[in-house]
Amino acid sequence: MDIDLSQFSQVFFEESIEGLAAMESELLKLDVDAPDPETINTIFRAAHSIKGGSATFGFMAVANYTHLLETLLDEIRDGRRRMTPDHVDMLLHSVDLLRGMIDSLMNKSEFNDPKLPQLEQRLAQALASNNAPETSQPEPAESSAAPVASDADSAIEDCWYIDFKAGFDIMRCGNDPLLMFAELEAKGEVQVSLLPPQFPAWDDFDPEGCYLHWQLKVITDAPQKSLQEVFEWVEDECEISYQRGCSTVTGEALQAADDTVDTQVGAISQAGAVSQAAVLGQSISQSTSQSVNQSQAATPIAGSSLPTATAVTPIEKAPQAQAAKQAASAKNAESSSIRVSTEKIDMLINMVGELVITQAMLGQIGQQEEINQESLLLLQQGLEQLASHTRDLQESVMQIRMLPISFAFNRFPRLVRDIGQQLGKKVELVLKGEDTELDKTVLEKIVDPMVHLVRNSLDHGLELPEARLARGKSETGTITLNAFHQGGCIVIEIVDDGAGLNTEKILMKARQKGLVGPDEELPEESIHQLIFKPGFSTADTVSDLSGRGVGMDVVKRNIHELNGTIELRSEAGKGSRFTIRLPLTLAILDGQLIRIGKHIYVVPLVSIYESLQVPSNRINKLSDGHELIRLRDEYLPVIKVFREFNHDADAKEIKDGLVMVVDNNNEKTGLLVDELLAQQQVVIKSLEDNYTRIPGISGATILGDGTVALIIDVAGLVNLAGISNSKEHAA
Amino acid sequence: MADMSLEDAKHGQQQFLSFIMANEEYGVDILSVQEIRGWEPTTVLPNAPDYVKGVINLRGTIVPIIDLRQKFGIKSLEYGTTTVVIVVKVTMEDAQKIIGIVVDAVSDVFSIEEDEIRRAPDFGHETDLRFIKGLANVQDKMVILLEINRLLGSAILPDPDTLSRILDNIDQQSQALSA
Repeated sequence: MDIDLSQFSQVFFEESIEGLAAMESELLKLDVDAPDPETINTIFRAAHSIKGGSATFGFMAVANYTHLLETLLDEIRDGRRRMTPDHVDMLLHSVDLLRGMIDSLMNKSEFNDPKLPQLEQRLAQALASNNAPETSQPEPAESSAAPVASDADSAIEDCWYIDFKAGFDIMRCGNDPLLMFAELEAKGEVQVSLLPPQFPAWDDFDPEGCYLHWQLKVITDAPQKSLQEVFEWVEDECEISYQRGCSTVTGEALQAADDTVDTQVGAISQAGAVSQAAVLGQSISQSTSQSVNQSQAATPIAGSSLPTATAVTPIEKAPQAQAAKQAASAKNAESSSIRVSTEKIDMLINMVGELVITQAMLGQIGQQEEINQESLLLLQQGLEQLASHTRDLQESVMQIRMLPISFAFNRFPRLVRDIGQQLGKKVELVLKGEDTELDKTVLEKIVDPMVHLVRNSLDHGLELPEARLARGKSETGTITLNAFHQGGCIVIEIVDDGAGLNTEKILMKARQKGLVGPDEELPEESIHQLIFKPGFSTADTVSDLSGRGVGMDVVKRNIHELNGTIELRSEAGKGSRFTIRLPLTLAILDGQLIRIGKHIYVVPLVSIYESLQVPSNRINKLSDGHELIRLRDEYLPVIKVFREFNHDADAKEIKDGLVMVVDNNNEKTGLLVDELLAQQQVVIKSLEDNYTRIPGISGATILGDGTVALIIDVAGLVNLAGISNSKEHAA
Repeated sequence: MADMSLEDAKHGQQQFLSFIMANEEYGVDILSVQEIRGWEPTTVLPNAPDYVKGVINLRGTIVPIIDLRQKFGIKSLEYGTTTVVIVVKVTMEDAQKIIGIVVDAVSDVFSIEEDEIRRAPDFGHETDLRFIKGLANVQDKMVILLEINRLLGSAILPDPDTLSRILDNIDQQSQALSA
């Protein structure tokens, strides 16, 4: 019989990733000179949970490494070691490393990052160096105890003392201690001694019960875990404690230690109490769940009384996930599961309750023999209630998918710190509106574009400290991330107070690349738009940060895929502001219903500028069959939707119908439609689930009468119509 | 009778739903049938092949409707109140899809032993006939058993003319059999 732990490992991965995010954000908050004990505690708890979890699942590399971290953090927490910026740096790198390790575990791939041994060495060195605060007077034993602790899991041949008090019902459950001892024997040399059994009076004696208590001495190179495995099935009902000695000690010493341990082990089993265990150093007791603090308190004593006993911190079965739960994790947003606050669920349950009541009421009316004036009134009321409950329910269900944007924002302090250091720039990051909620899917997809924009601001936007001072600005640059709701959209702003866009340089590059004619002059606004063109970069040197010119166009495309828009405003010398506008959710869309012939389509409201009738004197026909209309001072191509979709329409000529001006990648395009119908929110359904993609159609929705309406994909329609670049036609 | 069907399954028996189209009887594996509905107007999909009649709303799911007559290159009938849509679950490229097929009428449900299914006649030419699972005689009628995944899946059907010729051939053969 074997429990398949792998089904739980996903939970471990998620919790670890959250834990790492918590560690990271706390580390960044940490004031090195005066560390807040609570902050260090949080970091410690996160490391500890990861260690516990990884050991449980047998991910020893992770467990061993976090053990080192934990030791270091523990010393800092106890005030035995002063925090240095170097520590913070090391810990941050460790977070990255652990993330990599967990990623590779998730993907079941081999992890061999050369950084692992390097960091391990650095940590070990840091642990070995004596850097205690002057205020406290460390005992020499402490500093020696710590390094020993760090290789607690290594494979020197060890001597283990196991105190095994069999549970009363052990035989009844089909477990035979003899078999377990035999299994231990397979791992190394075993000495078993039976303590004098304490039988009850004859009348109370249960012949099927077990009254025995053994002490075992095992000399083995197997890790503790494998010893624990032997007792895995009985550990809940038996009292088992493990105490580690060392076989390298010479005979006499061993004997002496043996005696001490024997008596002390006896002491534990008698009292079975944690306080006694402390005398023995850090022993692991699985029958009593020991708290971290208690075992920590034990360390100094262990160091002095039993120098050879190595310390092993207890493995806690229940991970301390609270800290991790509170900490928002950017990575978590990418996993397929979602954490929902109980509050939201309670709200849902409430609403479903209301719904059930309304349903019962309507059912009652339905059972009446005849419908009279009175029951009709009740029916109408019931239906009204039903409608309102359904709406509320829909809203709360959508709420479940909503996550605060802090999930995305949280990764930026680290990013800004690292890149700022790399570039030698002083940066302050200001986060605003972190509680603004948006759909999980949108959130996941917006992170990468945001990272790109922030990197750009750091790299191109902000100046070096000297340059800033020379311009009369403060030495430290500011990048602000701001999120807020505005009219059914979420707006995310990325603002820097750097140099702003260099319009001359952009124009020069654009001319070099042939995006702009040599003599063509553009208004500043249009110059700024150039940076969104594919292959455009003004960076003089290509760095790993930015400058490859595969950036802004991708950013823009990604945002467009989310039905969002991006705007840029920049002022030379003062900074730039990117404004991203996104729909709150991908599942619901504000749509304008239109009719073309017998067909009803939905056009996303965000992409519509205006709709108008165009008199024939403002329509121009091109030689290739495309038609342009003149709208104020612009020429727009018009797509005859009915022709692209191969069906009939009332208005076959532009002058007979309505032209709806829509946005296609910041360029205006007209769609010829017959009639505008209602505006309404529509739930987006996939066509691809049961059919295939249709060019020009992004999905379908179900209208109030139960029929299906197709949602028009403007960009796809433009492709279908074969209009490559409206600007070229206009020029 | 529940035990019976369990027994049937053990002995390699398969149940088929048969339907009629242009005087021909076809069978599909009953396990792939989700439901049978009457014809209802669809929302036409732009630029779709003729045999795709459009999509309907099946309790919140968008389901495409395919006219099997047209897919087989037979002239489509005027849809009326008796026109039937069989909603089937199809596995295509590892994905389950729900598709409605328009047929003339639903006929029967019958069980067939695996070894009673005769292979479709080989027509020699390089026509892919894997969408026909085989032929079966049920109460002196010949039923063409369709492999629904292949029929509606990615496999390329022979062009309508060839297909209707093949179907004619099968027809003649069945007449020869019953004679």
